[in-house]
Amino acid sequence: MNPIRKRRLWLLALLLLAAAAAATLITKALQENLTYLHTPTEVKTGKVPAARFRLGGVVCEGSVQRTSGTLAVNFAVTDRVRQVPVHFEKILPDMFKEGTSVIATGRMQGDTFVAEEVLAKHDETYMPKEVADAMAKGIAMHTKSCGAR
Amino acid sequence: MLPELGHVALILALLLAFLLGVLPMLGAQREHAALMATARPLAYGQLLFIAIAYAVLTHAFLVHDFSVAYVASNSNSLLPLMYQVPAVWGAHEGSLLLWVLILGLWIGAVATFSKSLPMPVLARVLAVMGWVSFGFLAFLIFTSNPFARLLPAAVEGRDLNPLLQDPGLIIHPPVLYTGYVGFAVAFAFAVAALIGGKVDAQWVRWSRPWTNVAWAFLTLGIALGSWWAYYELGWGGWWFWDPVENASFMPWLVGAALIHSQAVTEKRDSFRGWTLLLAIAAFSLSLLGTFLVRSGVLTSVHAFASDPKRGLFILIFLGLVIGGSLLLYALRAPREEQGQPFAAFSRETFLLGNNLLLTAAAAMVLLGTLYPLLAEALDLGKISVGPPYFGLLFTLLMAPLVLLLPFGPLTRWQREQASTPLRMLAPWAGIALLIAAIAFFTSANAGWKTIAAYIVGAWLLLGTLRFVRQRFVQGKGRFTAEMIGMCLAHSGVAVFFFGVLMTESMSIEKDVAAKPGQSFSLRGYDFRFDGVERSQGPNYQADRGTLLVTRNGKDVVVLHPEKRAYASGGSILTEAAIDGGPGRDLYVALGDSLDDQGSWALRLHVKPFVRWIWFGALMMALGGFTVAFDKRFRRAVGEAST
Repeated sequence: MNPIRKRRLWLLALLLLAAAAAATLITKALQENLTYLHTPTEVKTGKVPAARFRLGGVVCEGSVQRTSGTLAVNFAVTDRVRQVPVHFEKILPDMFKEGTSVIATGRMQGDTFVAEEVLAKHDETYMPKEVADAMAKGIAMHTKSCGAR
Repeated sequence: MLPELGHVALILALLLAFLLGVLPMLGAQREHAALMATARPLAYGQLLFIAIAYAVLTHAFLVHDFSVAYVASNSNSLLPLMYQVPAVWGAHEGSLLLWVLILGLWIGAVATFSKSLPMPVLARVLAVMGWVSFGFLAFLIFTSNPFARLLPAAVEGRDLNPLLQDPGLIIHPPVLYTGYVGFAVAFAFAVAALIGGKVDAQWVRWSRPWTNVAWAFLTLGIALGSWWAYYELGWGGWWFWDPVENASFMPWLVGAALIHSQAVTEKRDSFRGWTLLLAIAAFSLSLLGTFLVRSGVLTSVHAFASDPKRGLFILIFLGLVIGGSLLLYALRAPREEQGQPFAAFSRETFLLGNNLLLTAAAAMVLLGTLYPLLAEALDLGKISVGPPYFGLLFTLLMAPLVLLLPFGPLTRWQREQASTPLRMLAPWAGIALLIAAIAFFTSANAGWKTIAAYIVGAWLLLGTLRFVRQRFVQGKGRFTAEMIGMCLAHSGVAVFFFGVLMTESMSIEKDVAAKPGQSFSLRGYDFRFDGVERSQGPNYQADRGTLLVTRNGKDVVVLHPEKRAYASGGSILTEAAIDGGPGRDLYVALGDSLDDQGSWALRLHVKPFVRWIWFGALMMALGGFTVAFDKRFRRAVGEAST
């Protein structure tokens, strides 16, 4: 093998190695930072992992309860079929209201979803697409029922 | 009557854009002088009609013409005058009209400032921009007519989204769009060069100033958006890796690569094909950004209404632009690199490294942004990619960039002894490490990011200063505008990274339940909550909190965070109170009322050096503008015409 070829081969090997390392790293970073969106029905039927996930749905009417004088707040999120109680101890977003859609990120602790972050829709007419899709699967978008616990 | 005239003006602009796309191009291909000469009048004509349409829509906002559907849903008779004009671009239709207007202005600017360009080149460039303009005007007219009537007319408008009632809105979208759309110029020059078959360094020399200006505007626009998110959203964050932020960041990264690779192609004739590809990519990513934002496929603050027809239109347009230009590239790109050869250790190599890292970063952002869409299409579930993905990979990609940046300007073109720049920079690297060591031992709560902040900031700034020194020693203190711009932008990178790393490592944030009179201590600052009272704004009612901030017993500032309830629509909005300074920002946002004894939820932040982030971006933008004014570009154009 002549020296030029040999050098090129080394270069090629190095490039392949770098590409492989980059691919592994990216896949790993991606996998570790993915969070899935689930509906209350999926939570209640046991389809949800123990890991962090996002809970999407509507804040159940009449479910918001504050513990007086603290940040702690409890409410239920529903897809109009089933509902899941949520506990949160930070400041709720401006657009948070009963009967509007939210996405909460957190994990299940027992029967309660403990949220680290709650996002609400941005204006009156807008429902996050992923929530709307999830709701459509839960059929009855027009009822006000919060569904079974 | 007027709104109909606006609509007619848009249709006339569409016709002129069509002619602009066809006639000058035909003229250039057939070397027909009269046809080529139509380029300028057509460019000005379409700009005129777009401007008329734009003026008509603005007028409709000023006179509260609620018979226009767009005005009725985005204005209100109580809307303060200062927001009536920017309300034009407060939602989808109007912002698209602004986009088209800015494109028209860019086209007009190219027509005006390229007097010395050879006629066939100018004709082709303007024609390509005419195609783009045609596409967007058609999109506007067929899917998003801002002049559609509402019958019967509304008695009162629904009001502008309160989030947008802020001075940031007045400047952020126009500046950002100017950047986005500006890449159309570099794109048009590249495509025109491919069509003309002369892919040499010349087209790059002509398009360089335009690219730099567009990139500088994009930098400013993104920085303004980040600043707006910081003080208006009430979360105190400056960057969220939100899909829409990513959509503007991808063309920025590729644009940054492009301005460097254009420099190589212009000066050394190398990287020709690569520069063409980057010019196409920068504009394609701008279009992709538009698609992501406007089609409603992604969930975000910026996603207006989702209408599948719109998404499909942009997708087809995107396909035509990307597919067409890549096909053209495949057919016409230079087969052989005819540039000057360069050794492994040379300025070319460093700039190649810069380009690889920046485009890799753009690819990484693209993957993270599109992955959820891909997963959904493949039925893998509804996924979101968390900020740590972007944070980790971006850090890994930027670390080598930061390390290599000071070497670039100090290394000669073509061939250099590796030891020369190393010897020049070694003492300065030593000083950077020393500063970091001192900072580490003198500041409390310093983590690895704090040390990194000092090392990165000092290394980049000192490395740039070393170049300045070299110019004084070897160049007798002569600086071209290009060098000044480069030094400014590279110092901006130093300031930016210092701000980012300091904010990331030293910020402190606390959500608290506060009783009146209660104090909270953060990083040596005492925040005393003095209660909340009602106050009245022009079109809202506010709960206005009062906090006294003290440090070591001395008064620092009194802050008044607000929670506003807007009269129309019942929207509620947090207005954070910020005491800013070069060394730190104190940031307070008001949450909800917690009981009937006057307790409120408060979010308190102390954010060290957060302003350096935007100041660094401002320096980068100024650098971009400065480069564009280099005398060489004007001279080069002049020589080419004779």
